[in-house]
Amino acid sequence: MFALKADWSQEIKKRYFTLDDYTGGEARWCPGCGDHAVLTVVQRICRDKQILPEKTVAVSGIGCSSRLPHYMGTYGFHGTHGRALTIACGIRSRRPDLDVWVATGDGDCFSIGAGHWIHAIRYNMNMVVLIFDNNVYGLTKKQMSPTSPLGFKNNTAPRGTILQPLNPLTVTLGITNVSFVAQTIDWNPAHLYATLQAAHNHRGTSFVRILQRCPVYSDEVFSDIQNDPSKILFLNHKNGIHIGDNVKRLFPTQREHDPSNMSEAYDIARNHVPVGLLYHAPQTPCYEDFSSVGRHMGIEDKMKGLNDALDQFAV
Amino acid sequence: MTQQREPKTPVTLDEHIVEIVSDSGEGAQKAGQTFGNLSAKMGNGVWTVEIIPAEIQPPARSPGGASGNRIRVGSTYMTNAGNEADLVVAFNEQVLYSRIASYAYKQGTVILLENKWKTDQSFEICQQYQSAVAEFREHGLVVIEVPMEVECLKIVSNARKGKNMFVVGMLCHIYRRDLQKAFDEVQLTFGHKGEKVVKPNQDLLKAGYAFAAEHIDLHYEIPSWKTPKERDAEQWVVMNGNQSLGLGIMASGMELVSMYPITPATSASHYLADVFVKTGGFVHQAEDEIAAIGFALGASYAGRTACTITSGPGIALKTEFIGLSVMGEIPLVLVDVQRGGPSTGLPTKVEQGDLLALMYGEPGDAPKIIIAPATIEECFHFVIMARKLAETFRGPVVMLTDANLATGVQPFRRPKLQPEWFAPPIDQSAWDSKIPPYDWDEQTGLSSRPLPGQPDGEYVLTGLAHTFESKVVYDRDSNQKGCEMRSKKLATLRNTLQAPTLNGADSGDLLVVGWGSTLGAIEEAVGKMQKQGHQVSSLHLRFLSPMEPDLKAIFARFKKVMTVEINYSDRLDMPFIENDNRRYAQLATLLRGQTLVDIDCWSNVYGQPMQPGMIYEQLLAKIEKIEEVV
Ligand SMILES: Cc1ncc(C[n+]2csc(CCOP(=O)(O)OP(=O)(O)O)c2C)c(N)n1
Repeated sequence: MFALKADWSQEIKKRYFTLDDYTGGEARWCPGCGDHAVLTVVQRICRDKQILPEKTVAVSGIGCSSRLPHYMGTYGFHGTHGRALTIACGIRSRRPDLDVWVATGDGDCFSIGAGHWIHAIRYNMNMVVLIFDNNVYGLTKKQMSPTSPLGFKNNTAPRGTILQPLNPLTVTLGITNVSFVAQTIDWNPAHLYATLQAAHNHRGTSFVRILQRCPVYSDEVFSDIQNDPSKILFLNHKNGIHIGDNVKRLFPTQREHDPSNMSEAYDIARNHVPVGLLYHAPQTPCYEDFSSVGRHMGIEDKMKGLNDALDQFAV
Repeated sequence: MTQQREPKTPVTLDEHIVEIVSDSGEGAQKAGQTFGNLSAKMGNGVWTVEIIPAEIQPPARSPGGASGNRIRVGSTYMTNAGNEADLVVAFNEQVLYSRIASYAYKQGTVILLENKWKTDQSFEICQQYQSAVAEFREHGLVVIEVPMEVECLKIVSNARKGKNMFVVGMLCHIYRRDLQKAFDEVQLTFGHKGEKVVKPNQDLLKAGYAFAAEHIDLHYEIPSWKTPKERDAEQWVVMNGNQSLGLGIMASGMELVSMYPITPATSASHYLADVFVKTGGFVHQAEDEIAAIGFALGASYAGRTACTITSGPGIALKTEFIGLSVMGEIPLVLVDVQRGGPSTGLPTKVEQGDLLALMYGEPGDAPKIIIAPATIEECFHFVIMARKLAETFRGPVVMLTDANLATGVQPFRRPKLQPEWFAPPIDQSAWDSKIPPYDWDEQTGLSSRPLPGQPDGEYVLTGLAHTFESKVVYDRDSNQKGCEMRSKKLATLRNTLQAPTLNGADSGDLLVVGWGSTLGAIEEAVGKMQKQGHQVSSLHLRFLSPMEPDLKAIFARFKKVMTVEINYSDRLDMPFIENDNRRYAQLATLLRGQTLVDIDCWSNVYGQPMQPGMIYEQLLAKIEKIEEVV
């Protein structure tokens, strides 16, 4: 197929990748920014699963969080504001052999990119979508985002926002073909790791909303649940996210939730701040299974096919 | 059936323009295609173009509802839709009004008109019919009333289905088409529907033929422009520009077209959606035009150069991503099938109004390659070239076609497929880690790119200003450098181009410059001028960015240079318009800036293909002024 050396596959086995292989430039996020934690976890998962760096593509839009590809040692595509998912889907469309991670902010995904968010969920192409939700626009310095809490004071609504925030979980759950919806928090590395690992194991679009602290512009938005973890609803299930008991203990409020139960998932998403796997439908069809058909066709066959098509127009 | 009269000696013609118009859904388009294909097979030059109503289902018998075909049949190679029609077949009188308003007819145009409306149950319709016929005649149209419905009902129970083949039959007699070839054509068109559809259609065709023999005293002969032997030796294909584009995309080896529906671009994707599997390809209908180009860029970045096809409003939405394609140097083929603008504009009509938007539409400096095929055949070959240019020059290649090329149908020599046209498999061999992702050659600005999957090639593509290593930087020199490198690529490409060839002498009084679909009409008008002894030549640009070389030197050899374009320009006789505030047509604007020659222009936004006759009149007026001065 490709111009590979004959012994290439053996060579792969001999290669061992360390965290360094997944590390690009030094991360330039503010100290205390939740993005650092997510980056580290992504790199660790790549290392632990020994994913080939050259077969990995980190795709992003524009925003603080969308800088993530620059800090990875893999291939990367730092796109335009709101459009990361369109690019990621395009990559997968003819290259289903590539491992795709998407980094996008709450403004990037839920505001300017909202249309693509809905349709990417429906395409259900195999990728992990990390939404860094800090309830604020970081890069452009503190404007409200669709998820800013009611009354949140910011530079475009100095007296506080006047709209109820959008609930990305219920919206995503309502989209046809949704196959994986989880929520986690940047300040619990174990849960973050387990969630992203499950997301990566899933074949389809894994939508992971990460509640992410922005110490500069929205420091207070999660203080409530940070100070009182009992306000977080921990979802427990044998088919859910698995973490050790010692970490589980940090979540006083827990509930059994079968991630195949959509109506319960919706109910939880509507009424709680959950962490864990809300919904999982592993057998959902993936768009690339259709869009990539024919990608191995050789030139000779293509010429035959084209001649065939030309025959229709012969006079 | 009826006894045939003695065949009359036909009038021999160089060419005739035939129109078949009806309400939509009555099969006039199919009749036109059949007649066009048949004529092509008999060795005539043919140009066919659809007549499309602006609305999807206009009410029956509405003046704006004309749907059908214009077929220009000639004894030379036909390059455009021509001037006014010579013979029209109309299924009702009302649809003729919009054609008359489009200056499609002239004094003496013969109208074969369905006469069933004369005796319609509705008094109002009878009256409309009578007054229209009187009005048409008053204006010099030659109306021949034909009982098409009545004749068809002798054969089928529903004349709505089949009248069109009766019409083809009439035309076959009038233009002395080979009846057997016509039957074969019906077989070809309806064969997949089985004998029970083929047979009545052939019967209707035969009836139309017999009817014309008996009742219609029109006999024309348009000699073939090739001998039967020549015809058999060559293989020809006949199709419209969007089909040609679709086949070209397949021949380029591109495997992905990512699009959002928009007239008049969509039919290319319709065609591809049907046949793309034959070359392993896929048509992705994205959620909007932004997603369509983003998706294409994703595939291109990953090693499979993709294509996105759109029209004006879609271009507006894609702007930001076009900029990224330039900045990140991502190969991309972007086809703009132009329609009337701005805004939603004239969706089904032709305009060449997007040139400047594509040249300068992005914020900042976004140099890119822009090419414009001038014929339906070139739609095929140019998109193959576009894919190669996109990869070699690492960026977007814009291909401008328009509604005229998209819907015009013309025969051309069947392309002989070359394996080199097709994109090679994606290179997955190890990358030399010493080579950065933008290893710009100082001379040419060119560099080669690592593809995901190539070990040691890992880099992060970004739309931010960056170094040759794709590292984000904000310093003055890096940004200056990046812009220079991207701009250099255009100069490099221009260095490889040949100067355009002239149609006519290489010096003279007037040079006409055009681009895109107007080629045939311009050359026809210029040819007529030349025959009359005027010192007029023309040249047609295929490369608009970079511009083809030597233009300034060529222009200097003519007393006057003007462009002819289908886009807006101010006329000098308009109030307040003078030479220094006149808004010129788009190519003229570019050429003036590039060459500092005082280039004039004639352009309009009638939404119609350029008629050679109109161009001729303009050139004549222009040349008279020049010759006067001498
Ligand atoms: C088309 C366009 N509009 C606006 C911007 C400016 N802009 C850059 S990032 C951003 C919002 C970032 O917020 P978010 O997506 O929440 O990411 P964060 O920075 O918080 O990680 C905006 C409005 C842009 N880059 N492009």
